[in-house]
Amino acid sequence: MPRIVVDVMPKPEILDPQGKAIVGALPRLGFTAFSGVRQGKRFELTVDGEVTEEILEQARNAAATMLSNPVIEDVVNVEVLDETASEDVAGAPEAV
Amino acid sequence: MSETPLIADLGGSETAPLTDAKIGVVTFPGTLDDRDAARAVRLAGATPVPLWHADTDPAALRGVDAVVIPGGFSYGDYLRAGAIARFAPLMAKIVDAANSIDKLPVLGICNGFQILTEAHLLPGSMVKNDHLKFICRDQTLRVENNRTAWTNQYADGQEITIVLKNQDGQYVADEKTLDELEAEGRVAFRYVGWNPNGSRRGIAGITNSAGNVVGLMPHPEHAVEPGFGPLGADGHYSTDGLGFFASVLSQLVGEAK
Repeated sequence: MPRIVVDVMPKPEILDPQGKAIVGALPRLGFTAFSGVRQGKRFELTVDGEVTEEILEQARNAAATMLSNPVIEDVVNVEVLDETASEDVAGAPEAV
Repeated sequence: MSETPLIADLGGSETAPLTDAKIGVVTFPGTLDDRDAARAVRLAGATPVPLWHADTDPAALRGVDAVVIPGGFSYGDYLRAGAIARFAPLMAKIVDAANSIDKLPVLGICNGFQILTEAHLLPGSMVKNDHLKFICRDQTLRVENNRTAWTNQYADGQEITIVLKNQDGQYVADEKTLDELEAEGRVAFRYVGWNPNGSRRGIAGITNSAGNVVGLMPHPEHAVEPGFGPLGADGHYSTDGLGFFASVLSQLVGEAK
């Protein structure tokens, strides 16, 4: 069944305490290349049937009114998941 | 064994209420402090009325004169603290009543404050404490606005010590909103001594412009009885939280006259 992906990120001007903790911990494992981390959220909305423009609009509205809080977060992406691409990834773990 | 009541046993009061004021206490799935809030209401001399988040009855507010949205972890803080509770059927009624001409007094404590910001009754939002730890301590606050429905029994600038206990307590808003809050005297409480969670400008609680809706992170309902509250600076156990409930009663009694 098709899925719509919604990505939500903390606003750039809001200090992200979780991201800050992660960026502090990464060097302890030898991951020294990263100077910043911001942690966001990914939602996958499953649709029974075809994703019409109306359904996509519903997803955008849900993202703006409930899945994110505009005071602290931005909706950075709303898109229909490319099922063929995800099947490729799931079916070919040895390629990683 | 009798069934445990959902909210504190309302029939167990040893003293008769001082007024016939009814103060609703809302319970969501995951609310923790509804019993303490109901107890605080009773100790202040009013009658607590349990309200249920999913009540779709047109009279779901049960004729209450004020509402307390207590602390806890409604819906497990899933999505964001208060984000799902905000869409409960009862919340729509509370928002309408708070914005109506009658200006229903509403107090949001901790998770209740988070719910009020998600419901847009109060501006800003709460994110995780800047130090990322859950914190539980006795915290001193300064009352910066004693003209609200929930603070009128405090002196202007009075320092009170009550319990602070939360994970997502860092108050944030954009600079324009913060400037407006300051200019309009809508910062109701500020942390004293240190900033326990990185809140912008040390803000512990705010009010709406009408003064009927107040939200704060610390817990007045845990400091209402001698011998059980946090230890205050004067060496006595604090009952500093009682003033919230005395304030709303004072306002309600004043209106009735």
